[in-house]
Amino acid sequence: MPWDRNQMAARAAQELQDGWYVNLGIGIPTLVANYIPEGVSVTLQSENGMLGMGPFPYEGEEDPDLINAGKQTITELPQTAFFDSATSFAMIRGGKIAMAILGAMEVAENGDLANWMIPGKLVKGMGGAMDLVAGVGRVVVVMDHTSKHGESKVLKQCTLPLTGQGVVNRIITNLGVLDVVPGGLRIVELADGVTDADLRAATEATLVN
Amino acid sequence: MKKVYPSAEAALEGVLFDGMTIASGGFGLCGIPELLIAAIRKAGTKDLTVASNNAGVDGFGLGVLLESRQVKKMISSYVGENAEFMRQYLSGELELEFNPQGTLAERMRAGGAGIPGFYTRTGVGTVIAEGKEHKDFDGKTYILERAIVADLSIVKAWKADPSGNLVFRKTARNFNPPAATCGKLCVVEVEEIVPLGSLDPDAIHLPGIYVHRIVQGEHEKRIEQRTVRKKESV
Repeated sequence: MPWDRNQMAARAAQELQDGWYVNLGIGIPTLVANYIPEGVSVTLQSENGMLGMGPFPYEGEEDPDLINAGKQTITELPQTAFFDSATSFAMIRGGKIAMAILGAMEVAENGDLANWMIPGKLVKGMGGAMDLVAGVGRVVVVMDHTSKHGESKVLKQCTLPLTGQGVVNRIITNLGVLDVVPGGLRIVELADGVTDADLRAATEATLVN
Repeated sequence: MKKVYPSAEAALEGVLFDGMTIASGGFGLCGIPELLIAAIRKAGTKDLTVASNNAGVDGFGLGVLLESRQVKKMISSYVGENAEFMRQYLSGELELEFNPQGTLAERMRAGGAGIPGFYTRTGVGTVIAEGKEHKDFDGKTYILERAIVADLSIVKAWKADPSGNLVFRKTARNFNPPAATCGKLCVVEVEEIVPLGSLDPDAIHLPGIYVHRIVQGEHEKRIEQRTVRKKESV
């Protein structure tokens, strides 16, 4: 059985190290916050101007002045700090954020990432994704390995407009974990019940040992 | 010089002109200058270029200026939540310049800080880099981005004193300080104007030098994505 959304998020949470400042993208990456391992303390950055993001508020305690980058109401923690958008992206661009966990539409064997637009379809914008992938220490993407039609999204070359060039370090999919290494991708781990052959069959990118 | 004005309309008097560039604070609907936006709608100023991270929603925020066709061009990083925006954009009535969010914030900051441009890694190898100067520093490639200097900044803060010193609240700060600094003239709306001397000088987020006009008013502060957890689930 390939991993489901929650299992992918739980696997991505294993990437976190104690003391890190981390930015989680919208979608499955947001779920990673539910699986932070015991004994690991991480500070979540929200690029709209907050470090130390807390959980969703209790009903009736929502504050319109307190939202995350997905515009959802959230809460603060004892260590929370607020700042403006220029400062927020200065810490992102300046490499102070150890890791970003982001969603992807396509990823390529050279680490190229496409996750912001499909030509001919509604384009909403890149938000902070281009800044994040260009600036943070390590980029981990969490995505389905194939499209609904069964086509690989782990490619030799991205077909969609890029969010960043050569920026991805590790790919976590429903089938397993791959690292971007010289010459292509290296299989790090297989999801429970997924064989090496399954993963290879679903991957267009060059796999190296 | 008196900075406090009785209404948003009064605070914008003599400031607006067709074809002007406006920098606006706000992220989504959080910390947006809703009173000043409403006053610009009332004034009917046309052909605006608006630099703002988002474009509001249908019927609120900058969405009200789109409905009235007052905006010629948006400079934004994300415009997802607005059907009228998409309609105008797809039909060619509205120009759109996408900026990565951090690049937009830094363009405003630079504009207010007397820096005409800056090199950034953000967007290298993407459509954002097309037509822009590329330069290598220490083996890495960067692109040149130009600063934004707006004719007018419209900003929302929590509190101001009569000298224009500002305090923001939580994540409603967002683009407001950089937007405030990049305008030739900055008009700020606040929830409360407090007496001189009542703000701690060590805790002022934006000094009054950047602020020319202030208006106090009631804010709707609409929530875009209300997300909660149940008490019994904890």
